[in-house]
Amino acid sequence: MSTIGAALRRIKWEQRMFWRNPAAAAFTFAFPLMFLVVFTAINGNETVTLAGGKAKFAQYYVPAIVGFGVISACYANLAFSVSIRRENGILKRTRGTPIAPVAYVAGLVGNVIVISLILAALTISLGLLVYGISFPGRYIGLIVTIAAAAFSFSAIGVLVSTFVPNEDAATAIINFILFPLLFISGTFGRVEPGSALGTVAGFFPIQHLNKLMEAVFNPFTDGTGLIGWHLLILLLWGVAATALSLRRFNWMPRST
Amino acid sequence: MVGRASDAAGDYEGAVSAAVMVAGLRKSYGEVAAVRDISFEIAEGEVVAVLGPNGAGKTTTVEILEGYRTRDSGTVSVLGSDPEHGGSALRERVGIVLQEAGVDHYLTVSEAVRMHSELYRQPLGVDEVVDLVGLEEKRNARIKTLSGGQKRRLDVALALIGDPELLFLDEPTTGFDPTARRQAWEVIKSLCNLGKTVLLTTHYMDEAQYLADRVIVIAAGRVVAEGPPSSIGGRASARARIRFELPHGVEVADLPVGTVAIDRRSVLIETAEPTGVLHRLTGWAVERGVELDGLAVDRPSLEDVYLELTAEQAES
Repeated sequence: MSTIGAALRRIKWEQRMFWRNPAAAAFTFAFPLMFLVVFTAINGNETVTLAGGKAKFAQYYVPAIVGFGVISACYANLAFSVSIRRENGILKRTRGTPIAPVAYVAGLVGNVIVISLILAALTISLGLLVYGISFPGRYIGLIVTIAAAAFSFSAIGVLVSTFVPNEDAATAIINFILFPLLFISGTFGRVEPGSALGTVAGFFPIQHLNKLMEAVFNPFTDGTGLIGWHLLILLLWGVAATALSLRRFNWMPRST
Repeated sequence: MVGRASDAAGDYEGAVSAAVMVAGLRKSYGEVAAVRDISFEIAEGEVVAVLGPNGAGKTTTVEILEGYRTRDSGTVSVLGSDPEHGGSALRERVGIVLQEAGVDHYLTVSEAVRMHSELYRQPLGVDEVVDLVGLEEKRNARIKTLSGGQKRRLDVALALIGDPELLFLDEPTTGFDPTARRQAWEVIKSLCNLGKTVLLTTHYMDEAQYLADRVIVIAAGRVVAEGPPSSIGGRASARARIRFELPHGVEVADLPVGTVAIDRRSVLIETAEPTGVLHRLTGWAVERGVELDGLAVDRPSLEDVYLELTAEQAES
């Protein structure tokens, strides 16, 4: 049985389980889309300064929410579902079957990539149709940025799950890590470069994802929109989180 | 397809006649020795129950055999492989029912079984296995709507779907009501009839007695007794016990036979010659014209033997 075939079959089942679970589906989709609607309602008339010119708030905010969508689908979703599956013994049961661990993990990650793409398509459609932003056709830049973010935030999600001691703590730990970083990384509004918060945020991956998304959507500049420096830091986080996850990951419940 | 078990083992390179072999197994968690020195074998097609109190080392032993835990020392062989290194080739041939293991609640019974069937090279049919565990009426029910007993039978279905040669059942009926236990037993009994090798752990003596060819009693990390349920711990040769109520107007001293214990008016006699003792006793009673209420003759139950064996171990 090929590992790729096994992974594809796992994605199919992961998708089915995801959409059957209303709480998980709502949790993943509600946050990014709710913030998009609320924050553009509050700040919609403001302008932001992008490289090369000024634009309305949504031109900055929609790309940031595309990034948030990937984070929500990959990081939050995986950190939560891997913790829960470990604690209630689903991972242990799976470990007792012949499936290759890489195929199982590929199914998990493939599933959240599918969700990321759906969420990105929804967010961008809302941006184009409702908020009148422009997308300068940087499809490659968009795909590469989403792929890099999906890789890194999936790895970080799995890594954070290894620090979640039990089911009850999962939501709190996952969101206490996520939301402060979203705010200081400029997801909900520009954080001045060179400010203390901006400098701190520079050590973490979300700010770099936001800068990449902003550049991909910037209508005033030429090129692919890919900024090597930001891409590198984003990917380094993914590599480091993967390496640490491989060391820390456990199929067995913590509670026994 | 169901009968694949025995011939598949034959063409396995380095196959040994024992499906499971454990010798000198030891495992500690920090300072706590969970398994001190356990050795046993299980032949192909045999159904063996491992009995023991909580903390005796049952689950640790079984989880080492299942490949979930590493051992500190000792030799372990499962279907001819070391479970630490058996990998997916070994897992193809083994089915595991864990004490507690979740399954996605939003799938239906059929979907969960089909999802697991895709993990194996030569699975049984989904419908066949759902029928075998008696869940045919719940085929399209979401798993979250199943009762505890039905979920347990789903666990068995998920362990069976790969057509395993060897099945591990860790406390398969703990927490069941009597009806659900009976149903689960019938399911397990039917697996035994398929020629599967089964290792089950349990707290319940009647479960071991009903299902197992052989019982292994573990206490404080060691095997304290081993044998068929009918004769383990010297049950077969044990002294018979005769009980009855002391009739009114009769004192213990009046009885024609020696007694072991009296609780209020309940008399207990233990003897290696129950026929003769009973003859003297009943002859005396008929002669005196008294009735021996509650007259009963029995041997120590499996539970009596088990309690004695595990109590000795706890004291030492």
